[in-house]
Amino acid sequence: MSRMPSPATVVLPARAPLLTRAGWSAFLAALLAVCALAPVLNLLLPAGHPLHLSDYMVSLVGKIMCYAICALAMDLIWGYSGILSLGHGLFFALGGYMMGMYLMRQIGRDGQYQSELPDFMVFLDWKELPWHWALSDSFLATLALIVLVPGGVAFVFGYFAFRSRIKGVYFSIITQALTYAALLLFFRNETGFGGNNGFTDFKRILGVPIATPSTRMVLFVLTGLTLLGCFLLARWLVRSPYGRVLQAIRDAESRTMFCGYDPLPYKLSVWTLSAVMCGIAGALYVPQVGIINPSEMTPANSIEIAVWAAVGGRGTLIGPIAGAFLVNGAKSWLTVTFPEFWLYVLGGLFIAVTLFLPQGVVGLVKKLRRGGSA
Amino acid sequence: MRGVIVRCCAALLAWCCLAGPALALSAADALAVARGDTDERIAAIHRLAGSADGRAAALLRALATESLKFSETQVFIVEGERALDALSGQPAALPDAAEDAMLNNRLRGALDTALAGIELFTAGPERQREAARSLQRNAFNDPDPEGLPLIEKALATELDAGARQSLELAQAALQLASEDQALRLAAATKLGEARQAIVRPLIEERLKHEASADVKAALTRSLAAIDRRLALASGLGQAFTGISLGSILLLAALGLAITYGLMGVINMAHGELIMIGAYATWLVQGLFRQYWPEAFDYYLLLALPAAFAASAAVGAVMERTVIRFLYGRPLETLLATWGLSLVLMQLVRSLFGAQNVAVENPSWMSGGLTVLGSLSLPWNRLIILAFAAAVLIGVSLLIARTRLGLFVRGVTQNRPIAACMGVNTARIDTWAFALGSGIAGLAGCALSQIGNVGPDLGQAYIVDSFMVVVLGGVGQLAGTVYAALGLGLLNKFIEGWAGAVLAKIAVLVFIIVFIQKRPQGIFALKGRSVEA
Repeated sequence: MSRMPSPATVVLPARAPLLTRAGWSAFLAALLAVCALAPVLNLLLPAGHPLHLSDYMVSLVGKIMCYAICALAMDLIWGYSGILSLGHGLFFALGGYMMGMYLMRQIGRDGQYQSELPDFMVFLDWKELPWHWALSDSFLATLALIVLVPGGVAFVFGYFAFRSRIKGVYFSIITQALTYAALLLFFRNETGFGGNNGFTDFKRILGVPIATPSTRMVLFVLTGLTLLGCFLLARWLVRSPYGRVLQAIRDAESRTMFCGYDPLPYKLSVWTLSAVMCGIAGALYVPQVGIINPSEMTPANSIEIAVWAAVGGRGTLIGPIAGAFLVNGAKSWLTVTFPEFWLYVLGGLFIAVTLFLPQGVVGLVKKLRRGGSA
Repeated sequence: MRGVIVRCCAALLAWCCLAGPALALSAADALAVARGDTDERIAAIHRLAGSADGRAAALLRALATESLKFSETQVFIVEGERALDALSGQPAALPDAAEDAMLNNRLRGALDTALAGIELFTAGPERQREAARSLQRNAFNDPDPEGLPLIEKALATELDAGARQSLELAQAALQLASEDQALRLAAATKLGEARQAIVRPLIEERLKHEASADVKAALTRSLAAIDRRLALASGLGQAFTGISLGSILLLAALGLAITYGLMGVINMAHGELIMIGAYATWLVQGLFRQYWPEAFDYYLLLALPAAFAASAAVGAVMERTVIRFLYGRPLETLLATWGLSLVLMQLVRSLFGAQNVAVENPSWMSGGLTVLGSLSLPWNRLIILAFAAAVLIGVSLLIARTRLGLFVRGVTQNRPIAACMGVNTARIDTWAFALGSGIAGLAGCALSQIGNVGPDLGQAYIVDSFMVVVLGGVGQLAGTVYAALGLGLLNKFIEGWAGAVLAKIAVLVFIIVFIQKRPQGIFALKGRSVEA
């Protein structure tokens, strides 16, 4: 069979809808669960009620939804564009640090030293805010920075990397080096990000106390909406001509180039978008867990994002989300019940998924279903 | 009653001593040393030091060890239970009222000088040198012109050459404050010839007060000479630590140069193979300590093959069970081997605990080689440097000259043809991977001699060793060597002026930029294999 049919015989399939009918129903159900069901079960039902959603579950699911956004971002570049990044933890942390700076400023004079400056600066005997904190007291500017900083870093790094056609494992290792360098940089007190303690002890966000159930619920709903929004965006992207080119680059970059496409803008844009999504996830993550420190940038964290996507199934969009929930659910259960086994399980997952489940859980389900219907 | 008699006898004795001018040590001198105003006591110490008298030396030594007591008229040296009269050296009864002769820091300094002076006149060349060095140290730390007569007197006698040199320096240090301009000038020049860091503050201090332009110029010249020597020593020191770091990186990366460079397997568990080698060394060391302590110094001879075998075995199992199914899928290999690294780390934690374990150096590895006066090169670093070179030579011979090496190269270059020629390619893969892993084990054995051994040991090296291989270029041992040494040197030199963390960041950024320019490393493979 010829792999490249001549143009005359090309029959373009009819444009399928963004989601099937069943897909839209599932999407709406998820939307309802996040926006209505969870708040009702958590806030309105009393704590003893069997259907009550505990605060622990709210923060856990909220956290995992942030991870799921990362997994989705990873899937966009790895699953659909064939670029494995081992540096997405950096973008996640950058978004988180931007939010963290704002939250630190919101503490105001309620810190331990009753100073306008964040506690760690008083501790270091700094007299005024460093330049990069200039915009941190404005929420709007912080929102802009959450998008711009990870996006900017990714754009500059990606531009140089893709321009010199670094790909495959080389790219992965260099992203890892980038994250590692950033980790070392953020560990330093002089960098002005709180050194290895990072930021914590947040008091309020937009003037509202941050640790109350209702604030937490608002953050939860926001995270859920962001996740669903990212999902729709990704779905739309990968089905557009743009997404088709991305997948062509993934499967045969040289051939795509010979067809007249320049891979650079495609790769660069999806890479930057993916970084921005991770940054947003980080910014949503920090107010929910109440701490951000450089350990988010360890190479291990970045590579774990890849495993969420791999476990769920690369090249599908529901897969990474499912993977994030599965792996992190297992993690929070195992680290409590059998803490010493967690690393065995995680390591085993890495091996088992690559050896036996290259399509991830979603691929397995599809295969079973096909096997059942055949 | 008894006290009175003793005191009478003592007075008599003291009188005898005073009466005999032939005796160098007088009771007055002895008492002056033991009590009174510090300045006077120091003067007395210097006076006694010049007398070259055995009793005076004993007295000063007793003062230095704080075993000197004195009464109104008499000085005693206390030796355990009994007391000796300081003047005669005969046993004497210690009066109840006898007080301890107290010391302070100034007195201690003067005593050091005095005792060293006495050594100079009485001892053999070995101890003369030592005494002269101690005098020199004192003169540099606390230039006290009171010591000058003693030094000059010593210089006038027959002296060991080394001792003379030290004394001349000490003399120059003391003469720097002399009234005589010619003496000052000579001293300034003399001090410059010593080229020792310790002289520097002395010269700087003098420069502030010096009035004469000639002496000033000499001082500046001497200062510059000293600074040049110091810069040379610190430059060499940095180069050595850089090369040493480079040799460590080389050891860590050599195994990777085979598994990744030749075979193309991204082994993220490479660091853990290093860690396993280090733990094997620790186990062998523990066995030696328990069952064969007299041969402890030679445990490394057994630890090296043990570390190689342990890591090679783990590597072979990894290749057989996981990696072989992932050939040609580098990103999946990366993830799977990362998983393996997590499992191996946790396994070691479960077996040996999460704490670092202590690996003791054999005694012949401690200490160091001193060059250029101030630069000390630790033996363990030097030995690791030599070891890295030996491993490098061994590996390149293995790849270039042996049948296994031939097969490995053949399989790397063209797998199907190699298979057609009857090479069992699957088995060669296992052997080659085990070889690379075993070299990682050797690296672990070496690393255990200079750093902490813990479950996280490998994590610290994995990023670095990949950087080395990527920078050096795939498929090249030579590239690995240049990259390792280059990175080590670069790292240490930047560290010199920017600190360790910034140096590390700068090196990583440098690699990222370098890869932009030369994506295939320093030594690029040419031809079709580049795209593969």
